[in-house]
Amino acid sequence: MNSRVDQAAARSGATRRGLVVGTALVSGALLVGCSPADLMSAGAKTEVGAFGPFIRIAADGAVTVVSKHIEFGQGSHAGLAAIVAEELDADWSRVSVEQSPANSKLYANTLMGVQGTGGSTAIANSWMQLRKAGAAARAMFTGAAAAAWKVPEAEITVKDSVVSHVASGKSAGFGDLIQGAAAIKPPAEPSLKAPEAFTLIGTDRVRRKDSLAKSTGQARYTQDVNLAGMLTAVVAHAPRFGAKVSGFDAAEARKVAGVVDVIEIPTGVAVVAKSTWAAIQGRNVLKVTWDESKAEGRGSAELEAQYTDWAAGKGALPDKLKWESFESRGDAAAAGEGEVFEATFDFPFLAHASMEPMNCVAQVGGKGGTKLTFASQSQTIDQINTARIVGALPGSIQIETLFAGGSFGRRANFQSDFVAECVQIAKKVGKGTPVKLIWTREDDMAAGYFRPLTHHRVRVRLDKDGYPATWTHRVVTQSLMKGSPLAPRGFDATTVEGAMGSPYLKATPAVDGQVLMPENGVPVLWWRSVGATHTAYVMEHTLDHLAKKAGKDPVAYRLTLFEKAGAARHIAVLKLAAEKAGWDKPAPAGVTRGVAVHECFGSVVAQIAEVRLVDGNPKVGRVVTAIDCGTAISPDQIAAQIEGGTCFGLSAALHDEMIIKAGAVDRKNFDAYPVLRHSEAPKVETYILPSTNPPSGVGEPGVPVIAPAVANAVLAATGTGTFRLPMIRA
Amino acid sequence: MATSLEINGRTVQVESAPDTPLLWVLRDEVGLTGAKFGCGIGQCGACTVLADGTPVRSCSLPVSALSGMKITTIEGLGGTHPLQEAWVKLDVPQCGYCQTGQIMSAAALLASNPRPSDAEIDAAMEGNICRCGAYQRIHAAIQEVAQATGQPTAKSRA
Repeated sequence: MNSRVDQAAARSGATRRGLVVGTALVSGALLVGCSPADLMSAGAKTEVGAFGPFIRIAADGAVTVVSKHIEFGQGSHAGLAAIVAEELDADWSRVSVEQSPANSKLYANTLMGVQGTGGSTAIANSWMQLRKAGAAARAMFTGAAAAAWKVPEAEITVKDSVVSHVASGKSAGFGDLIQGAAAIKPPAEPSLKAPEAFTLIGTDRVRRKDSLAKSTGQARYTQDVNLAGMLTAVVAHAPRFGAKVSGFDAAEARKVAGVVDVIEIPTGVAVVAKSTWAAIQGRNVLKVTWDESKAEGRGSAELEAQYTDWAAGKGALPDKLKWESFESRGDAAAAGEGEVFEATFDFPFLAHASMEPMNCVAQVGGKGGTKLTFASQSQTIDQINTARIVGALPGSIQIETLFAGGSFGRRANFQSDFVAECVQIAKKVGKGTPVKLIWTREDDMAAGYFRPLTHHRVRVRLDKDGYPATWTHRVVTQSLMKGSPLAPRGFDATTVEGAMGSPYLKATPAVDGQVLMPENGVPVLWWRSVGATHTAYVMEHTLDHLAKKAGKDPVAYRLTLFEKAGAARHIAVLKLAAEKAGWDKPAPAGVTRGVAVHECFGSVVAQIAEVRLVDGNPKVGRVVTAIDCGTAISPDQIAAQIEGGTCFGLSAALHDEMIIKAGAVDRKNFDAYPVLRHSEAPKVETYILPSTNPPSGVGEPGVPVIAPAVANAVLAATGTGTFRLPMIRA
Repeated sequence: MATSLEINGRTVQVESAPDTPLLWVLRDEVGLTGAKFGCGIGQCGACTVLADGTPVRSCSLPVSALSGMKITTIEGLGGTHPLQEAWVKLDVPQCGYCQTGQIMSAAALLASNPRPSDAEIDAAMEGNICRCGAYQRIHAAIQEVAQATGQPTAKSRA
């Protein structure tokens, strides 16, 4: 089975041919010896051409880079294409990007083992894979040219998709050499360029390939899918988390013109219609009764009060719930003479609220097998969950991945919640009829999968020099991984990442960090920058309180701690941001500055925010950012992610707050759930530290630093700390 | 009952019920999918189109209310509108889902106020949410077009 999907073998054919993976996978005996990727790709049929799964070159020499990663704004499509184009020496203006099909064998995220996008890894996990793919394809062209021209291959150069031999004066385009190149066996370990030889990577020429389509309405999102005979479904969902359908009356709904069917599914009752509006109208008059016997009855206020008590050591813990240590050394409870800072921090549930509400198009029961046409963020998981419902091999589930109108983590979850819902409906409709599931904004917000409500309790005692001597830290938050295949045995690191391993804790002699992960009925999920959404705030705002108690400058105070911790990259970004922001010079009149530094997803970001108080609320102006993200592929798109990430983080700092009352979502649309708007957007400057390290994350690291930077500016202006987000409560 | 609409200079007879929001008529019946569904209550601006040059939220306007008006969608800008060119030049879009609505609001602004001040851009664009947070580039792209083509108005000179 392995030999049948060997990528080099697949490339060796001169013509494109279908790879039929695992069609013989009928008896269990054949499963023995298969890797998970083999199992999950079983049933897949993916065509791979001569240049491998990531590169197609047309007869006219145009290069298509196949992206295994979804494009949902982060700019990965352009970055991935640039990596290939650099090593291939392709003409960047003639490189386009195409989305790969779902195939966990060919297109696994090398850091995850399955196909999926997340953790700011799209570029990082593809870096060596695509460099090798590009270099191998280049070698095929130089080899073909050498053979055709009878010249030494070492004398052949490639530039802008033109292969040349200077001494003989011969040159040819990729298109001219394609037949010969396709017949060459690609080297398994092609030689790669030295970073100083890069001509495309790191330049401002690496720009998005999709801006025109996205500025003209031509870019295709799930919402835009219109297949022949397609039906549209909306679902009446339970009003409270954990409630189930106990009965429904569809008589009125069926009378609505255009309504085709009303179907009970595990998550509610679906109204299937010939148009979106008919489906919505049908749902409006559908009567559903709910069994709430197992529904969550608590709300945000009760959970927060409970978490606060537990963190303070009050009240008994439920059975099986216990504190887990995430960092411990020395005696953090030891008494001493230094000043003590003690505070609690509260963070609400947060909705991802991507502009495109969740949706999916599924066809089940047709001759071509099960097909999904939608923005899939984790193709393999979506295949597995779909396969379970329809009874098929996971790899046989075809997915055409489209652009997503944002996600911020929401489209990737272990249950494939909205995907499974669509597949359930399409299965009942059957016959391969395309069914588009549309969630209204209210559906999207009420479905949960929120950043969990989180409580921190921190107590830091300073030494005689004003630096932390003991640090006690308690975190209470739901686990993101619980119940998933990736659930850890002990504590879930995503709940404390950013506090755990912080250079500030490293620089503190005695540390006692513990996390409590209670369960409740509200589904939770990673939310752009995950644990750092709260840990960065707590660590960085605490730092300014400590610096204040110690009577030290917040930048100088951090630099000392970073030196103690040996955090060289933190020092470098902080110094760069401070220099560019003019930290040593007075701020403009009426403005105070706040600083924050955080490492996540392999990158370190320092930000200095200039803040004015308007009617008592922070108004953020200039934000100076320095980032160390290893090798910068596209400086322009790194800046774009920092600009956008800063807005996303600022939205949570100022406005975002999902409130749950008695197990039901209380805020279901943008009128009740305010988010950052145009006039509030800061002016972000981005400075990238030069680096030849492998590229690290960019999509998320720009998010978590702005909130503490703003809180620190407010602290500097008013002397008052901010211990609860959002700062402006609706 | 058919409603007669003029969309992007073309007269179209639509069969959707008169209370159907223009957005769903455009998307499901006419086949113009540039205007997006974001909130359904006129709060996010993703569905913005122009009605007689005024930006409207097509998700909240029954198609019957548009009879006889000239409707312009993103498809009607033709792809070479200066704002579209500026959007591409500055790589404004990220996920891109809100951008067609953003461009329509900006087009209406510049049509009535070719050289808007910062505050006027803020005010005109406040109804269009971008969760990717591309606001800085949206703002810069509008300014770029205003500076290239706009004549100073009495208001912005003052």
